[in-house]
Amino acid sequence: MEKSMRKYWPIFVLPTMLAFLIGFLIPFIMGIYLSFCNFTTVTDAQFVGLANYIRIFTDPSSNFLHSLWLTSLFTVVNVVLINVFGFVLALLLVRGFRGTNLFRTVFFMPNLIGGIVLGWIWNLLLTGILDKFGRTLVYSEAYGFWGLTVLMLWQQAGYMMIIYIAGLQSIPDDLIEAASIDGATPLQTLFKIKIPMVMPSITICTFLTLTNSFKLFDQNLALLSAESSGKLKLLALDIYETFYGRNGWEGAGQAKAVVFTIIVALIAMVQMRLTNRKEVQQ
Amino acid sequence: MAREKKVKVPQKKGSWILTLIFSVISIAYIYPLLLVLINSFKKKAFISRLPFALPNAKTFVGWENYTNGLTKINFFDSFANSLIITVLSVILILLCTSMCAWFICRVRTKLTRAVYYLCLFSMVVPFQMVMFTLSKTADYLKLSTPFTIPIVYLGFGAGLAVFMFCGYMKSCPIEIEESAMVDGCTPLRTFFSIVLPILQPTYVTTAILETMWIWNDYLLPYLVLNLKKYKTIPIAIQYLKGGYGSVDMGAMMAMLVLSILPIIFLYLFLQKYIIKGMVAGAVKG
Repeated sequence: MEKSMRKYWPIFVLPTMLAFLIGFLIPFIMGIYLSFCNFTTVTDAQFVGLANYIRIFTDPSSNFLHSLWLTSLFTVVNVVLINVFGFVLALLLVRGFRGTNLFRTVFFMPNLIGGIVLGWIWNLLLTGILDKFGRTLVYSEAYGFWGLTVLMLWQQAGYMMIIYIAGLQSIPDDLIEAASIDGATPLQTLFKIKIPMVMPSITICTFLTLTNSFKLFDQNLALLSAESSGKLKLLALDIYETFYGRNGWEGAGQAKAVVFTIIVALIAMVQMRLTNRKEVQQ
Repeated sequence: MAREKKVKVPQKKGSWILTLIFSVISIAYIYPLLLVLINSFKKKAFISRLPFALPNAKTFVGWENYTNGLTKINFFDSFANSLIITVLSVILILLCTSMCAWFICRVRTKLTRAVYYLCLFSMVVPFQMVMFTLSKTADYLKLSTPFTIPIVYLGFGAGLAVFMFCGYMKSCPIEIEESAMVDGCTPLRTFFSIVLPILQPTYVTTAILETMWIWNDYLLPYLVLNLKKYKTIPIAIQYLKGGYGSVDMGAMMAMLVLSILPIIFLYLFLQKYIIKGMVAGAVKG
């Protein structure tokens, strides 16, 4: 079978591979090269070695370490809040009472709306509330931080809830029954049976929220649309604005993007390790 | 799906309290959307000043914000562009990557393995890494129209799709395909009459994931498309914010409503598939 298939590769593989070259591989390699260059367009690139990397870590106006720190903090806060909220919703909804299907539908819905539209919806609401206290969303970074956190909680909790519901429903009933016959309290059942049994779902949700928060861009752009020195810029937006908003910083912007990519790749590797180990155990 | 039986859950005592609590939470949950809807009928000067007030005789403007917004950003053009880009890209991605995935799963060489791992790697890379070089490459190859940008999407989105198809294919029995080929089917015919029908559930899942991504995507089309001629909905919405931070909030509210409505409408009909697809995507991705 393999032999007869082989000569068909131009039909099966070539279209995807050509597009892959254009849409990913060539830009990726060029991107790595440009991070070692001074440039304004691709053609006038001059090799400068590690200067861009040194610049983003040492130049006081680079803002890179600051936004890396903020983004990490934002990610941790979001992962915890979204998962706890999503899990609690799931726990309550699997009990089965009138209207659970409708509630599930409502909580999941915000996931389908794009980041830009979401950002402007919350811009209206949060600006309206903050206005009563004479503040704006870009008054200081803390306002943007918590504004974005509320938005993300609203958007993502429903998604995680659905995954947790699937996990909780796959726990065999006899296990929980046996526990209750043995006299386990509801709290004990939760921590000794339910949570260990949905560990795979917890891993999935943790990494999903982790990467979503760490790579957040659209919501940041639309929610915090006004310009001010107090505006919160997470890494993705900071890279974008370094690149397109500052003359002479293109190389530095590209270098930031490379570091950003390395961090995201490391997170993904840890995730693969963890999920593979889980599969072996089962 | 229709045969799924509705199990009558014995209503525990006091479960109505949960129903009540959840009803309140649900209303709070959709409140931001309601707020946008309400404000879309108010005079723009009153939106930022009194966002929480209901429209009254003084502030009500009828459909003015809608007509104003529609002309201001050519909403229907943007809608058409978004639709063209999404539909073409998803079809192209489904067709090309499923064929590619079948080939690299069944023909095991070092090269196909390398292709697979490259695809995995591309899933991880954030868009900011390639935004500049990708937009220049696309520009150079004249891919800046809604009819050509699907090629860019195929390239950048191939990873996830190949991964999804390969994951499913590994669990499919190879014997059916082998016997078809022994009986004289060409690989092409085998693919279209045997493999493609087997893959149907993965087609649905992948289509949902890619649609969600491409319909809502902002930065890629923003950097690749020729913005003087073509805008997608997210780009058009973001364009309502003028150069100096002045936003026509009236038009903004109306356009937000128009961009959310089709999504909610579709969601109500395809809810089961959408939720299933997104969960499957999360578990695999």
